Amino acid sequence: MECVFGLVGNDFAVVAADTSAVHSILVHKSNEDKIMVLDSHKLIAASGESGDRVQFTEYIQKNVALYQFRNGIPLTTAAAANFTRGELATALRKNPYSVNILLAGYDKETGPSLYYIDYIATLHKVDKGAFGYGSYFSLAMMDRHFHSGMTVKEAIDLVDKCIMEIRSRLVVAPPNFVIKIVDKDGAREYAWRESVKDAAVA
Amino acid sequence: MSIFEYNGSALVAMVGKNCFAIASDRRLGVQLQTIATDFQRISKIHDRLFLGLSGLATDAQTLYQRLVFRHKLYQLREERDMKPETFANLVSAILYEKRFGPYFCQPVIAGLGDEDKPFICTMDSIGAKELAKDFVVAGTASESLYGACESMFKEDMEPEELFETVSQALLSSVDRDCLSGWGGHVYVVTPTEVKERILKGRMD
Repeated sequence: MECVFGLVGNDFAVVAADTSAVHSILVHKSNEDKIMVLDSHKLIAASGESGDRVQFTEYIQKNVALYQFRNGIPLTTAAAANFTRGELATALRKNPYSVNILLAGYDKETGPSLYYIDYIATLHKVDKGAFGYGSYFSLAMMDRHFHSGMTVKEAIDLVDKCIMEIRSRLVVAPPNFVIKIVDKDGAREYAWRESVKDAAVA
Repeated sequence: MSIFEYNGSALVAMVGKNCFAIASDRRLGVQLQTIATDFQRISKIHDRLFLGLSGLATDAQTLYQRLVFRHKLYQLREERDMKPETFANLVSAILYEKRFGPYFCQPVIAGLGDEDKPFICTMDSIGAKELAKDFVVAGTASESLYGACESMFKEDMEPEELFETVSQALLSSVDRDCLSGWGGHVYVVTPTEVKERILKGRMD
């Protein structure tokens, strides 16, 4: 089952997601990147139905880019989160998207922020959030070790603790994770945590 | 599990002497899991009108945005704030529009009307208004809240005593409901000021 979680540090936000693409009992690939770079200072970590996930996040990404082209300035993280919620809410009673989203961003004026957006368009600004079966473990670890104003090292330590917990306690635990970070220098990939490498194509 | 119990909520509004109090819990959950303990269920429409929305959080957020939009339009056209009675009618109409595909929310409306007379009402998810002279309740903890409010309520309480009564009623009721709690948010509104307080209760 898909695991996505994230937290806010002193001047950055970090999100981690598993990287398995699964259909029923088959693992198609174990290096699927589920954290999309929305724009220079925003990350969108999505979990749920794979078709909806890719389609919806790309739709949001293109609309965020369009806003920047039209208006010359980028959207704030709060605005992007509310736009995403609006799209999910409009589609909810027509053809709903089954995508859960953690939107992490950094704004010069307000600093780092993390938004929890449910598949039924419940929006809430949080310091730590998680989706999926892994959330039972990662939220518990974060409740224990999180404090506000963590440094990058402390936050990555906590992310690693969560990944260890998921790997050891979740029955169909995903083997690999990707960690991405967003701070004043932008949104970027931080690390992969792989315990199973895909076989190289011959 | 019922869709009204998906996120968990508790709301109460009570009338005092030329004042009213509206209070809510602070939990946002997804069935058994708690997502946040600082969720705002009560919003200010204007200085003398507050709206609390219990039930499904996504519909509460959508409904709140629609109502703020309608109220802002009203302010532009009428050049004044909406009376609580008028606002209650608006909420009721908007809910009934979706009669066969409703918003899964139960609103609680509390305001000061003409001559600073307090007004409270609640309605079901399709807009059936329930006016009351003493208190109204909504949410997953509503049954406990009915009991607590009925026994603790007195007519014509001053703001300080009203705050104590509403707080005790809320905290004791959410303690019997696993889906609501994690503190409380209480607004006590008089003609001259709005006092917002956060309660610390059992954090479970």
